[in-house]
Order: sequence, then C-alpha cells, then structure tokens
Amino acid sequence: MENVMSINQGTEFKKGLQSGISIAIGYVPIALTFGLLAKTTGLSIGETVMMSMVVFAGASQYMSLSLIALGTGILEIILTTFIVNIRHFLMAASLNEKVEFDRVINRIVYSFGITDETFSVAATQPGKLTTGYMFGLNLIAYASWVIGSGIGFAIGAGLPETLQQSMSIALYAMFIGLLVPSMKQGVKVVFLAALAACFNTVFTMTEWLSTGWAIVAATLVSAVLVELVEMVKKKGKVTSVE
Amino acid sequence: MMIIGMGVVTFIPRMLPFIMFRGKELPPFLQGVLKNVPYATLGALIFPAVLYIQEDIWYGVMGALAAFVVAFLGANVIVVVMGSIAVLSAYSLFF
Repeated sequence: MENVMSINQGTEFKKGLQSGISIAIGYVPIALTFGLLAKTTGLSIGETVMMSMVVFAGASQYMSLSLIALGTGILEIILTTFIVNIRHFLMAASLNEKVEFDRVINRIVYSFGITDETFSVAATQPGKLTTGYMFGLNLIAYASWVIGSGIGFAIGAGLPETLQQSMSIALYAMFIGLLVPSMKQGVKVVFLAALAACFNTVFTMTEWLSTGWAIVAATLVSAVLVELVEMVKKKGKVTSVE
Repeated sequence: MMIIGMGVVTFIPRMLPFIMFRGKELPPFLQGVLKNVPYATLGALIFPAVLYIQEDIWYGVMGALAAFVVAFLGANVIVVVMGSIAVLSAYSLFF
C-alpha cells in the first residue's frame, strides 16, 4: 500500500493472478471436458478454441454443444446464450460500484472477463478493486479456460474419472470458501445467502424459471428484501405491529 | 458466425453497466442492493446446484460440508478447494 503507483499496479496484478488460482483449478477439468465434448459434437479445434476465447462462459458453451447436436438453429442458440448469460449484467452492475475510477476502455476490457467465478472472487475482496487486480484475476481464469479447452480437444480425454468426479466440487468449494469468511462478519450475509439459496431452489424445483433466470431472480429478490428490512430498521420505525 | 454472435450477446450484459452507470452516483437504496448482490449470488450459485454435481446427491453434500468446515476454520480459499477435493477422493475410494 505504501508503494509508488506503478509498482503498486504490478503487485496488484500479481495479487489478482494469485486469487485466481482456485478458479483455474476449477476451470481446467471443466475446460478439458468441454474440449472433448466439442470434438465429439463435431466442432473443429479452431472452432472449439475460438468459442472459448470469444464467449468465455462455461454453462452456455456446454449448452450450445447440446443444441448443436440437436440441430438447433443459429439464432435460437444465440438467444439461449443471451438468456443464460444475462445474470452477468447484475454482477457487472455490482462490480461497477466496487472498482476504482479508471478509463472506460480499461473497464470495458476487464468486463469481458466477468464470470460467476471471477465475479465471486472479486466481489468478496475487501475494499476497492484496482484495474491491475481485475486484469490479473481475469487473465488466469481466461487462460486456464482457453488452454484447457484446446488441450481437452487435442488429447481427446478429460482427467481420470475418479479425479474428474472429485474435482467437480472445486468451484462450489471455492464459492463456499469465499462466502464463509463474510458470513462470520455479520448475520446480514448469512440471511442474503440463505434467502437466495431458498428462492433459487423454489424457482428451479417448480420449474417456473430456467437456471439462468432463477439465479437472477433469486439474487435480486433477496438483495432487495434484505435492503428493505435494513432501511426500515434504520428509520427506527420498527414496531411490534407486523 | 454463430460463435461471434454468442460472444457478442455474452459480452453486452457484462459490459453495459460499466458504461450505463459510469461516474453516476446511484441512489443509496440501489447502491445498498448492489452491495448485497455478491452474497445473494453466492447463495444462489451454490444451492441447489451443488447437490447435482454427481448422480449421488451425498457426493455434493459431503463436498459442501467439507468445504464449509475447512472454510469455517479460517483456511485460505485454495486450501478449501483442495481440502474438499481430497475429502471427495477419499469418499469415492470407500463408496
């Protein structure tokens, strides 16, 4: 912190790379499998790597493969991708409040790297986020995803099955590892996470909403509800009348 | 063609807030909501999806529990990830 700006930016970049390691651990097995599946679906290695480079969104890339296999039209695939990834709008809006002031071009570049995982890691960091940090974090996530997809296609295999199975927990373990320390800091975080988990379960189980929309709706409803409760409390208008 | 289209529609929601809300002071209530978003998102990302990572529901439950315990003890995120992978490796060895 006490360093000169330029040195600071370098260490921030490294810090970003470091906090992205757990994302990379989680991405590699999924990326390998994606490469493998893309091959069996009939994509070329160029198309596979390009999709990972251009789209950089795991769930929708998997979904596109099954849609391609079903012979779905291009427009429908693009529309599905949009719907699945619209949740990133909410995440980007939240991050926008947390990043340091910087040129808009830098922000646009790192906004490309927003995924569920990079967002979760960045948003749970204490304090403001620097541009250097965002670039480091996104770079390691992006590299592991793109390179993993290519390798998966090239070697035509994922990891050994037992390892693949146990590694399927990696990203969820990371989410939990990010959430728990914040839960310790206050009951508000516990409420937010628990409420959103409940809403999401209801939305998906009842099949009211598809997975993408369910996450958006569950997040919004819980974030607004908790904020409303907080506002009412602050105003001191809470009486025993309910 | 299709890939480019997928890329564009993925990029737009990621980028738009940075342009729309640039340098704007949002109303305090909205700011509060956006501050809540990360924790709510985490809750929704974890549950119920973690139950379905394998056919055996207990697999996800065990992994999530392991991660929770390790994280609660104050471990770094990477240790949490490694710990839960190790626990599940052991679990699949025995079951």
